[in-house]
Amino acid sequence: VITCAEAVRQLWEYLDGVTDQAQSAAIEEHLSLCRRCCGEAEFAAELRTFLAAHADHDIPPDVHARLLGALGHIADQP
Amino acid sequence: VRVGPGGEAAAQLSAERKERFRVLATAQLPRLYGLARRLVGDDAEDAVQDCLLKAYRGYGRLGDEAAAPAWLTSILVNCCRDRGRARARHPAEVDLDRVDEFSLYRKIADEDPFPYSDSLHLDFLHQFGADDVHAVLASLPGRYRIPLVLTYMDGWATKEVARMMNLPLGTVLAQLHRGRKLFESRLWDYAETHGLLKEPIR
Repeated sequence: VITCAEAVRQLWEYLDGVTDQAQSAAIEEHLSLCRRCCGEAEFAAELRTFLAAHADHDIPPDVHARLLGALGHIADQP
Repeated sequence: VRVGPGGEAAAQLSAERKERFRVLATAQLPRLYGLARRLVGDDAEDAVQDCLLKAYRGYGRLGDEAAAPAWLTSILVNCCRDRGRARARHPAEVDLDRVDEFSLYRKIADEDPFPYSDSLHLDFLHQFGADDVHAVLASLPGRYRIPLVLTYMDGWATKEVARMMNLPLGTVLAQLHRGRKLFESRLWDYAETHGLLKEPIR
């Protein structure tokens, strides 16, 4: 069984789906046995949701108008 | 008008292709501006303008229009990196040893800022508004901020991020690891210095 330090180090990669099959199995085995690392895993997932929730795509109307103007000007070039 | 080597020049864009460029760029504007805000803050509008100009000049080389979002993002990321490099003549020092050991999960549990809470970690995150999150992101060096934002806020796969940044995947994964740790550590520091913890830390 891998240590807590190893499990935590690979936790985000595991959540990102970039760990290989053996690494994923080792992390899952560790999480099934270690409550503290389950807390770390849960928090890592919450932090990912938190980051995604702050990715707004709002564009102020004045900026939008200026960028559309710039785009029109650029796309009028030969 | 000069014709660049290795591809069609803007000069050869037909009226129809120009219109298609205008339509696809218009559709992507809010997303590009949102990303630029996260990457370069107040320089976002200028970065998006740089991106539109470069994209128009290179549009003849875009084969599959389904790839346009990733292609435009890649151009924008490079415009933002150029702006970041021009600005950051004295990048802030980062204590990487301290950062590598840091666990925000443990820090919150150990310091217990909200003793009456039964969802301590979520309560901590809920103290942060959008401006706070952007301020913390802005405090990170670009090499950590860019992959973090592209992966966890804009939802690009790490392989795609590596292509966009023209870096090996291993380098991007290492930057993401450091970036996450640094972000966690800066969230805590920000909460402490901006009064987001309801009770003082003893």
